[in-house]
Amino acid sequence: MGVVLVTALGDGWASAYDQVMRPRVGELLRNTLALVAVATTTSVVVGVTCAWLVERTRLPGARWWRIAFVAPLAVPAFVNAYAWISLRPSMTGLFGASLVTTLSYFPFVFLPVSAALRGLDRSWEDTARSLGHGPWRTFARVVAPQLRPAILGGALLVALHLFAEFGVLAMVRFPTFTTAILDQYEAAFDTAGGSVLASLLLALCALVLVGEHRWRGRRHHARVGAGVTRRALPAPLGPWLVPALVGTSLLTLLALGVPAYSITRWLVAGSGSVDIGALLASLGSTVLLALVAGALAVLAAFPIALVLRRSHGPGGVLLERLTYLASGLPGVVVALALVTVAIRWAPPLYQGPVLLVLAYLVLFLPRAVVTTRAALALAPMTLLDAARALGDGPVRALRRVVVPLVLPGVLAGFAMVAIATSTELTATLLLAPTGTTTLATGFWAASDSLDYGTAAPYAVVLVVLSAPLTWLLLREWKAETS
Amino acid sequence: MRVRILPAAGAALALLLTAACGSGSGEPKLDPNKLTIYSAQHENLTKPWVEGFTKDTGIQVQVRQGKDSSMGNQIVQEGKRSPADVFLTENSPAITVVQNAGLLAKVDQSTLDQVQPQFRPSTGDWVGIGARSTVLVYNPSKISEADLPKSMLDLAKPEYAGKWGAALTGADFQAIVAGMLEAKGEKVTADWLAALKKNSKAYQNNIATMKAVNAGEVPMGIMYHYYWYRDQALTKEGSGNTKLHYFKNQDVGAFVSVSGGGVLKSSKRAADAQKFLAWITSPKGQKVLAESKSMEYAVGVDSPSDPALPPLDSLQAPKVDPFTLDGPKVIDLMTKAGIL
Repeated sequence: MGVVLVTALGDGWASAYDQVMRPRVGELLRNTLALVAVATTTSVVVGVTCAWLVERTRLPGARWWRIAFVAPLAVPAFVNAYAWISLRPSMTGLFGASLVTTLSYFPFVFLPVSAALRGLDRSWEDTARSLGHGPWRTFARVVAPQLRPAILGGALLVALHLFAEFGVLAMVRFPTFTTAILDQYEAAFDTAGGSVLASLLLALCALVLVGEHRWRGRRHHARVGAGVTRRALPAPLGPWLVPALVGTSLLTLLALGVPAYSITRWLVAGSGSVDIGALLASLGSTVLLALVAGALAVLAAFPIALVLRRSHGPGGVLLERLTYLASGLPGVVVALALVTVAIRWAPPLYQGPVLLVLAYLVLFLPRAVVTTRAALALAPMTLLDAARALGDGPVRALRRVVVPLVLPGVLAGFAMVAIATSTELTATLLLAPTGTTTLATGFWAASDSLDYGTAAPYAVVLVVLSAPLTWLLLREWKAETS
Repeated sequence: MRVRILPAAGAALALLLTAACGSGSGEPKLDPNKLTIYSAQHENLTKPWVEGFTKDTGIQVQVRQGKDSSMGNQIVQEGKRSPADVFLTENSPAITVVQNAGLLAKVDQSTLDQVQPQFRPSTGDWVGIGARSTVLVYNPSKISEADLPKSMLDLAKPEYAGKWGAALTGADFQAIVAGMLEAKGEKVTADWLAALKKNSKAYQNNIATMKAVNAGEVPMGIMYHYYWYRDQALTKEGSGNTKLHYFKNQDVGAFVSVSGGGVLKSSKRAADAQKFLAWITSPKGQKVLAESKSMEYAVGVDSPSDPALPPLDSLQAPKVDPFTLDGPKVIDLMTKAGIL
């Protein structure tokens, strides 16, 4: 981050000030904020409604709807945009951008909110009702405050993704800070101009992070006392049944049906001209990069998670915050910073694979830390201490006691990082070594020249690679709520 | 235990770095025993060139593919340590950047003499290897030929607002603007760019522009000629509904952009590098270009281009010394106009 700021000021304060105050920045700012406001709101509305329908009503086939509402995560957002824009080229601007990003990102709200709804204790609502509140007031005064952290957390995730989004917005031609940064890089290689924009983008992200923290407030909601949490009874939908079913079907059709139809269509249309060799080559480099990044992320996450768990001092807290802060960094900012560092201080690394892997690590390490930490919680320190007391050395104790217990969680972290890596577009576009094509950049090159047929097989492989993510998230969700 | 975690973390970090570096060795590295070409040119042209050159001379060549602006700047950053022996561009501003950094060696006079005089810069630091013309692509069902602008400058007029598109952020369009800057000066160019910001639709690249015109999304587009001729020679899928309009009359919209080739001063294989430039600009190399279906113009003396193209000397291009095109100034003006 520091690097980006320093480069931004590389031409002096006055020049940086001019860069910030020009009309184009105002335009980008308006676009970025409008997109974040619209798409975050629609994602929250859609995500919360879906969660409510699945958890609290007698929606027929709730099990299947739950999967259908998480499944959009298996379609990378830029692939979704490709599916839409290739069917309806007029879907540009704020409307197209909001529609596609909402369809791609509403699961980020759905997942935490449905988990929170499951954990609620019905007796609170019963108490409110017995005190004379109607159903809506009960929702507003009792349920909504308890859901607030989940909704805010989901909305934060959506907003950060929107700040970082490049592929969708380039396709629907809706310029925001992220797309302008890439334009600058492409056109001028002008690290100062790009870095000014990147600094502004960072400031926006920080603002949202702080805002979420403030808004979440200090209030805690917890059950105190004995007794078992009573799960809420699902409410009959009554006259709402048909609208609910139509709505959920329509959503699924838009979020999953359209990409499936569109990709299949182009796959058939372009089947004559598929370059299998190029596809396999990019698959190879993608898998190699994903495996290396995944393995390194897990290795690096392990000591961090261990320190985080053992220490409650300021150092541990700082480390944790830093890790989470990085998760809010847009890929383009990380990539730009690494380009600048490499060019100035380590030219041999520039245009090499090391830099790209490093970017993946910065971007995705937090995911590995989160899962590793959760897994480490399964292996209480006392077990480790007991093993040490019984004469095992530190390494042996780790290997014999901790590793078997935490391995599943660690593998999940590995998979998450690997999947995220294999569908990463923005940083890869900037940092991929010359001559190396990944699935995402191969897909991008083809769809960027509107060669939809050539892009289709890449889209299929990208979706297949991301599919396990849905399964992992559902699994995590089940573990959280059972 | 607390103390032991730090070494563990250190070890993990060390492992991380080792593995990261290890993964690097698995990637194809540049072979120091081969002639290294940094190319921003289209692969469908560099490939037949390299193959023909190696067949004739036995000199092994490796190509690093990139884009005009980032590759030119990369060479500048690499400076004297650059592994590049030859640099090939799509447009001249990118090679001018390298030249202005003092990194180019003089091109052999015999090579310069093989190329038509208007396609070599006054300094002789690099040489034209091919050329492309600016064109207006239009959809006759959306705008009639009679209503087309007489000059590219007219596109700034209110009656053309929303009627045309271009790949504004690409190196090709910037070269066209650089030609305008050279011919008409800063004031005219800056005004034109400011109007363009309001009037035009920005597309990702030339192909997207052409396809948008073909689909009737926008009536006209500014781009280079060869995307159209390539599509016409293949399926016509992206250009079947469109026609080309040449501005001619030395108009800024008749600008012909020169693709450049140069030898790096730091090259350890300067002789081979000069041989490569000599080969691709020779009648034989230019014939390869003409037959490559890249649809770019040949620039060699008496070298015909693909017969589908209108002859280069019939385009009435404005006269500009390709060396004086000021890429950074164009970026600056476009940034001020709010396009970048």
